[in-house]
Amino acid sequence: MRLWNFKKKTYPDYWEAYLLHFEKKEKKSLESSRFVALDCETTGFDFYIDRILSIGAVSIYKNEIAVVDSLEIYVKQTHFNPDSVPIHGILQHGKLEKCTEEDAMKQFLNYIEDAVLIAHHARFDIIMINAALNRMGLPKLKNKVIDTMDLYAKTRIKSNFIDQNAQYSLDEIAEAYAINLMDRHTASGDALIAALIFLKTTSLLKKSKSFKLKRYFLKSTMF
Amino acid sequence: MKNTIAERIADFLKNFPPFDQFSKEDLYAIAQVVTITYLEKDNMVYTAGEALHDKFYMIHKGAIALTKEINSKVETVDRFDEGDVFGLRPLFAKENYATNAVTEEESILYGIPLATFKPLISQNKDVVDFLIESFASNTENPFSKEIHGSLYDHRLEVLANDKELFELQPVRYIKKVITAKAHTKIKDIAVLMQKHKIGSILIEEDFIPIGIVTNVDLRNKVITGEHTIEDEVKHIMSAPVLCYPKGVSISQAQLTMMKHNISHLCVTADGTPNSKIIGVISQNDINVMRGSNPTVLMKAIKRSQSTKQLKHIRKKIMVLLKGFVQQNIPLTQTSKIIFELNDATIKRIIERCIVKMGKQPPVKFAWMSMGSQGRKEQLLQTDQDNAIVFENVDAEKREDVRAYFLLLSKKVNKRLNEVGFDFCPADIMAKNPKWCLSLDEWKRQFNQWTSNTGDDEILLSSIFFDFDITYGDANLTNELSDHIFDITKNNTMFLSKLAASALRSASPLGFFRRFLVEKDGEYKDFFDIKKRAIMPIVDAGRLFALSNQIKNINNTAERFEKMAELFPANEELYLSCSYASKALLKFRTKHGLLHNDNGRFIEIAALNKEEKMKLKRCFNTIARIQESIKLKYNLSNFK
Repeated sequence: MRLWNFKKKTYPDYWEAYLLHFEKKEKKSLESSRFVALDCETTGFDFYIDRILSIGAVSIYKNEIAVVDSLEIYVKQTHFNPDSVPIHGILQHGKLEKCTEEDAMKQFLNYIEDAVLIAHHARFDIIMINAALNRMGLPKLKNKVIDTMDLYAKTRIKSNFIDQNAQYSLDEIAEAYAINLMDRHTASGDALIAALIFLKTTSLLKKSKSFKLKRYFLKSTMF
Repeated sequence: MKNTIAERIADFLKNFPPFDQFSKEDLYAIAQVVTITYLEKDNMVYTAGEALHDKFYMIHKGAIALTKEINSKVETVDRFDEGDVFGLRPLFAKENYATNAVTEEESILYGIPLATFKPLISQNKDVVDFLIESFASNTENPFSKEIHGSLYDHRLEVLANDKELFELQPVRYIKKVITAKAHTKIKDIAVLMQKHKIGSILIEEDFIPIGIVTNVDLRNKVITGEHTIEDEVKHIMSAPVLCYPKGVSISQAQLTMMKHNISHLCVTADGTPNSKIIGVISQNDINVMRGSNPTVLMKAIKRSQSTKQLKHIRKKIMVLLKGFVQQNIPLTQTSKIIFELNDATIKRIIERCIVKMGKQPPVKFAWMSMGSQGRKEQLLQTDQDNAIVFENVDAEKREDVRAYFLLLSKKVNKRLNEVGFDFCPADIMAKNPKWCLSLDEWKRQFNQWTSNTGDDEILLSSIFFDFDITYGDANLTNELSDHIFDITKNNTMFLSKLAASALRSASPLGFFRRFLVEKDGEYKDFFDIKKRAIMPIVDAGRLFALSNQIKNINNTAERFEKMAELFPANEELYLSCSYASKALLKFRTKHGLLHNDNGRFIEIAALNKEEKMKLKRCFNTIARIQESIKLKYNLSNFK
């Protein structure tokens, strides 16, 4: 059994490089942190069977979304679910340039560094990524994670006429905020919408003096 | 690596000058380095005197005003809209910003780094020409709207209004000119006018203006029998046409029109009747630009062909409102005019959305506006509260019918939001299936609220019972109001609960007659005039209207006037309530205009003594009316 094996497990270099980013200890604020808004398109909703098809991500720093600092990867499909094709439009043998799952994770870790991750219904995306890491024998992501759903729900007024436990889809929020629904259901398009929702909700929420972004970090036990 | 986001940004950029002159590769190169910023209303992109940013900006969504301090007064020198570029000239001139760039509404901006842009344009002669031409003219936006006619061919450009500069601004003329040939039949000319809803048509030959025919010509020369409608237009047109070059100032155009007693001028390439037509200036459009006249605005609303136009007209309505308040026009009149304009705006949006639906409504319906718009008390732009009632239909058809109206409402709610009526945070909007009901469903809903009444039901009743029909069949809404009076008449249980809720926010003055201010949150130490003063008096008005069966009066001030008429013994109290409701509304409007918000929160420290006294007088009235409600409904235990 592994339990008795006290020898430290060795991880590939890119994982060690990723971990290194978390050793810096300076205190960070909303303005000085790097955020990465991301979205995964997958073959389905089963964390064990289904696989990531593509990851889209874009970074936010000092309240600006930097298009130049974005990531868009497509993964070669080992598992294929024809049912999901109409949603994401990614074919098993389409023309897009694709990489292996391991390559995708390498690029992804190298890109995110220690950024705070932002996604809509974040739990799903993070578990999908963790499952991919797990298949490569790697531990889970170390990054802090924020769900834009939580931020949005907090901006809604407290009213008995609104279901306080309501779940809001990305479409609903984009509609409420009149964000153009460009490229819905492409990973990058959804990541950009999540980034805009993040900018808008935080600018609303930070008006309250008691606002602390920390409170929105999801518990790591959720993943 | 594929970059979908950059591709989409490039798609957006290429629609607007100067980027329409760029090659696909260059556009993509720019799009890849764009930064995207989100700014709320009234935020600075840059300020005068600030060191240059390394980029200029393009508006993806929203609007920007450039302001400048002139004679210690901040004035707006230019305004920009979606697709416009700003902040470029200072980068080329290499001098610090001379103006402030302020967001006039919430905006999404693309930042375009000069380092990428500059090398790309040096090989592009068209772009360089643009830059030279525009930097020479005195505008901050190098790609001004006149140069790029094709993109801005709205029939009705509503210019941002700055009174100080207004007269000398160049006229924005109509670029999509409707023309006809000299041999066109008069009949066809009239059809053309009707189709485009215009009052004049230029007669051209090889794009050279040879005459103009207007409504007046038709009236004086055709209807009188002088010519028949089968005659050719050349017999009745006026010639020669008065021509001007583009860039003629507003005052010059107006003077010319007055001098010659005409309502249209032609804009030609060189300003003479011998060159190509490039546009028309009409008296009407100048009036709209001026924006000081409700009649003209009303006409503009009715003729509007896009949500964007309506949004511009809304801005003019705000200018008008500001003028009314500054000139101290009585609030009763002000609110009536603003109500009519708002009402027309909503009607126009519904009208256009029905056309967009592609088929007529399956049954009769009415669009109801609630809350302050329903009470005709909405002066500043506040949230939209609305609902739909439709004719009763068989149960099996009902969901299909509802589906139509929900889709319609979704379109209307979305456009109202674009025009400036924010979405209701509590989702009280017609697109919510809960508030898109048939007549019987509404009746059942109202029965439920008034028979099984808790706090939520009271709150809902107080929102929904103040409805006003904005569009559609008035029989439906009348039946609904009758129903409300039926079920509330002698319903003492409901009325006393409504009375109790009218007392829920206690007197706005605390102990020692200090203003009760907010204790927490964004508006700490501000006075919430809506919650603490306006709502109590509105609630009281509604209570009296319901308990005394005062029908078809929703306006709070008018409700109290009616009460004074019905109960002369208490005339003085009711009239002072009527006065207080108007005074409070005016107070809120003034402050909203001052701070460019909805005026709800007032900074007590910034009030002068007279204003404080005035407010306190209103509060005394509120205290008195609340006292009388307590007595009447035996709520003395209620605190």
